[in-house]
Parts: sequence; C-alpha cells; structure tokens
Amino acid sequence: MLHALRVAWTFFKIGLLNEFAYRANLYLQMLQSAVAVGAAIGGLLVVFGHTESLGGWGQDEVLAVLGVYLLMSAAMGGVIEPGMAALIEDIHLGTLDYTLTKPIDAQFLTSIVDIRVWKLVDVALGVVVLAVALVRRGDAVGVVDAAGFLLMLLAGAVIIYSFFVAMASVSFWFLRIENIFAVFGDVYQAARWPIGIYPQWLRFILTFIVPVAIAVTVPAEAAVGRLTGGRVLLALSVALFTLAASRLLWRQGLKRYSGASA
Amino acid sequence: MLAIYWVYLKTSIALQFQYRVAMAIWMINRIVEPTVFLVVWRTVAIARGEVGGYGAADFAAYFIVLMVVNQLTFTWIIFEFEWRIRNGELAVMLLRPIHPIHADIADNIGYKILTLTILVPVAILLTLLFEPAFGFTPASVALGAVALAGAYCIRMFVDWAFALSGFWTTRTAALNQIYFMLVLFFSGRLAPLDLMPAWLERLSWYLPFRWTVWFPVELFLNRLDHATVVTGFQMLALWLVVGVVLVQAVWRLGVRKFTAVGT
Repeated sequence: MLHALRVAWTFFKIGLLNEFAYRANLYLQMLQSAVAVGAAIGGLLVVFGHTESLGGWGQDEVLAVLGVYLLMSAAMGGVIEPGMAALIEDIHLGTLDYTLTKPIDAQFLTSIVDIRVWKLVDVALGVVVLAVALVRRGDAVGVVDAAGFLLMLLAGAVIIYSFFVAMASVSFWFLRIENIFAVFGDVYQAARWPIGIYPQWLRFILTFIVPVAIAVTVPAEAAVGRLTGGRVLLALSVALFTLAASRLLWRQGLKRYSGASA
Repeated sequence: MLAIYWVYLKTSIALQFQYRVAMAIWMINRIVEPTVFLVVWRTVAIARGEVGGYGAADFAAYFIVLMVVNQLTFTWIIFEFEWRIRNGELAVMLLRPIHPIHADIADNIGYKILTLTILVPVAILLTLLFEPAFGFTPASVALGAVALAGAYCIRMFVDWAFALSGFWTTRTAALNQIYFMLVLFFSGRLAPLDLMPAWLERLSWYLPFRWTVWFPVELFLNRLDHATVVTGFQMLALWLVVGVVLVQAVWRLGVRKFTAVGT
C-alpha cells in the first residue's frame, strides 16, 4: 500500500514536470477552466433569476451540485481518463506488455500513469464553488455531514473510476472504442443539475446505465444536509458493485490479451 | 458551380459514411444539451405554472426545435482550420482554382444529410416524451425554412472568418472557447432570449447569434409578432453581407501570413 502511494506520488511529480515544461499552455488552460466555470455559474443564475427553487433545490444547493460536478470532472480529466485512454492505446498497439511486466498491479499502474496536473485547477475551482455555496447557504456543516460528504465523494469517484475501467476493458474484446469516453463526457453534463429534476426514464439511465447521477448528486446532498440512510446505502452498494464488476471485467479481458510487441 | 458542389457532396457523403459511429457520437452533445435545458426549464415551468409566457409544453417545443435548428446550422470549421493551418494541409487547398469555403460548405451539408437519420428519430422521440406545444402554421414553417437557410450561410461565414484567426495565432483553444461561450449565451441555447437578463438580451441584438438560432426557432413556432419578423429578416440580410465581406477580407489577409513546409 505504502509502495503504491509512493509510485503514485512519483507519477504525480512527473506530471508536474511535464506541465511546467509548457507554461504558456498551463496559463491558457487555467483561463479556459475559469471561462467554463463562469459560463456554468452564469447559466445557473439565469435559471434562478426566474425561480427560487428547482425541483426542491435552492440556488445555493444547486451551486453545491456544480461544485461537486467540477471536483468529479477534475478527477476524471486529470487522472482517470488519460490513464484509461492510454490503456486502450496500449491494448491496441501491444505495448501493454511494458505495464504487465512491472512489479506492481497492472490496473493500478494504468490508472495513475498519466496525471494531468493542470486539471488540479478544476479541483481548486470546485472547492471554491462548493465553499461559496455552503457559506451562502449559512447552515453550519457538522462533523457527521462532513464525514458523510467525504464518504459519498469517495463512493462517487469509485463509481466513475470503475465505469471507465469497465469501458476501457471492453477494448480487450473490441478494439475500436476510443470514442466511448466522448459519449460519457457528453452525458456527464446532465449531472450538473440535481438528478431529481429529470423524468423517471432519464433518471434511470443516469443512475444505472451511465451512472453519473449518484456520483454527483449524492455527495452534494450530503454537503447540504439532505443525505438519507437509503441514499448512503444506494451509493455504497453501487460503488462496491461497479468496482467489483469492473475488476472482474479487467481480469477476464487481460486473459484474452496476447501481447504483440515482443 | 452546381456540378462542383455535386461532386464535393458525393465525395463527402461517401467518406463520412465510413465513420458512421463517430458521426453519431459527435451528435450526442447537441442532443444532450438542449434536452438538459428542456428538463431544467420545464421543471421551473411546472412548479410556477409559467415563466415569462412559456409553459412546460412551450419550453419543450422551444428546445426540440432548437435542437433541430442548431444541428442543421452548426459548423465544426473552427476545429478543422486549427488542424489545417498547423499541419500545413491548407497548402493543398490553396492549389485548387476555387475558393476553399465551397468544399467546406459541401462537406457540412453532407454531414447534415447523413445525420438526419439520427436527428429525425430523436426529435420524434423527444416529442412523444415531453408533449410539446408546437405552434407551427404553414406560413411559419415556410418563413422559418427561409430564415434557416440564411442562418446556415451566416453561421458558416462567421465561423469561417473566425476560424481564420488561426493564421495569426497558433494557440487558438482559449480564444475559441470564449467564442463558443458567446454563442452559448447569445444564441438562446441556454434559455429563450427574452428570459435572459435584460442587458444580455439587449447585447444579443448586436451579435449574429440571436438571428441565426433564436430567431428561426421562434419563427418556426409562430411566437413572433409582425415587426419582429421583419426586423429579424433585415438582420439576417445584414449579417449575410457582413459575413461575405468578412470571409473575403480575412481570407485575403490571412493567406499572406500562411507558410507551409513539406509536401
């Protein structure tokens, strides 16, 4: 475990070095993140210019959803997606051999191999948005709420991570699926709003088929003190199920991998 | 000229047909975005009865028609040009004895024709699911179609002229993103423009995006009074002229800046 953390830290440092070699790019990307968040907040303000509540959620609560949305997209764009895209490429080219021969769990190594440090800007933006939302809301966040929030955030990240691993593992069987992440990214934007506003059929899709809803709405519910025991149970069981299922899929896929480079 | 377009169009359709899946995937964003805003505004309308004259069924109608109008008039030329200029592909286009925008228009139309096979079923599905109140009349549909054709040309010209900014700066990503945000806020994709804050709504009069997206949508739905329809068409004519002038001017200046290496 300690060893794994040390390896992850090393890759983080490599990511940092890579990024600082292209500093102008870094600043431009920061600008882009800021513009994107500004636009998202602008859209939210337009909607709340006409109403006090959206499906039972107040303005500050929807802002909290946006904060969690940004945190999740930072995790996705900064760590999960680049690693999984590299995995698909490696399976395609046969260069996964190099990963498999390293003395560490291959799935773990694949997951951390490409860290886009500039996405950390999104983490900062997400934290700021979330903090502003909670301060404006005014209710104190208790220790239990905070713990619940962190637990749900972790569960959400696990769900998204597992989903990406599962999608990437499919390429052990079918090679041409590089676009699949684009589909996920497009559908993910639906999670910017509380899942409760969607009609039943859409909620079902966003919960069980492309599970972005639980990953964002449930942590936000925890942050604004709306979390119920049922939700915790749902989020945890979906997280555990997707994690186990994706691991199984990865293992099965790996058995089919025959390598091509050597 | 028509013969040239016909050849371009056939090549484009044949080529893009090979990338059917990718083609469908590029569309998802332009389906999900209006659907999400449809749901958001519908939720508000159901809770309050109506918002600024729009009931739940009106929002459904607005965003479904908007999805169709936006899909039919959008261009991806800005991304295309960034690529062309950076890897020198543009050099080949310069050799042809015809303005390069014609190939782009034909290519764009080819994509639009192919994606109708997805767009139409999705529009029908959304209609069944959200029960919109379409205010179509024969006259509104006819006028809307004319506006749509104008909007298509304007979007192509304006995007094309903007894409050429790549001649002056190779790192266009941030600039592009700001442009896309302007389009998002001023074209009515976020909300019908009368629901935007007053200053934003007023500002939108001076940009093309109001006339190329919001105007055809509301025209199709027969929600505009006579005076607004007249103004709208005048604005479309104006932007059509501005667009053509922009394309010509920027192209002439830009080509001088362009240097390519290699084949």
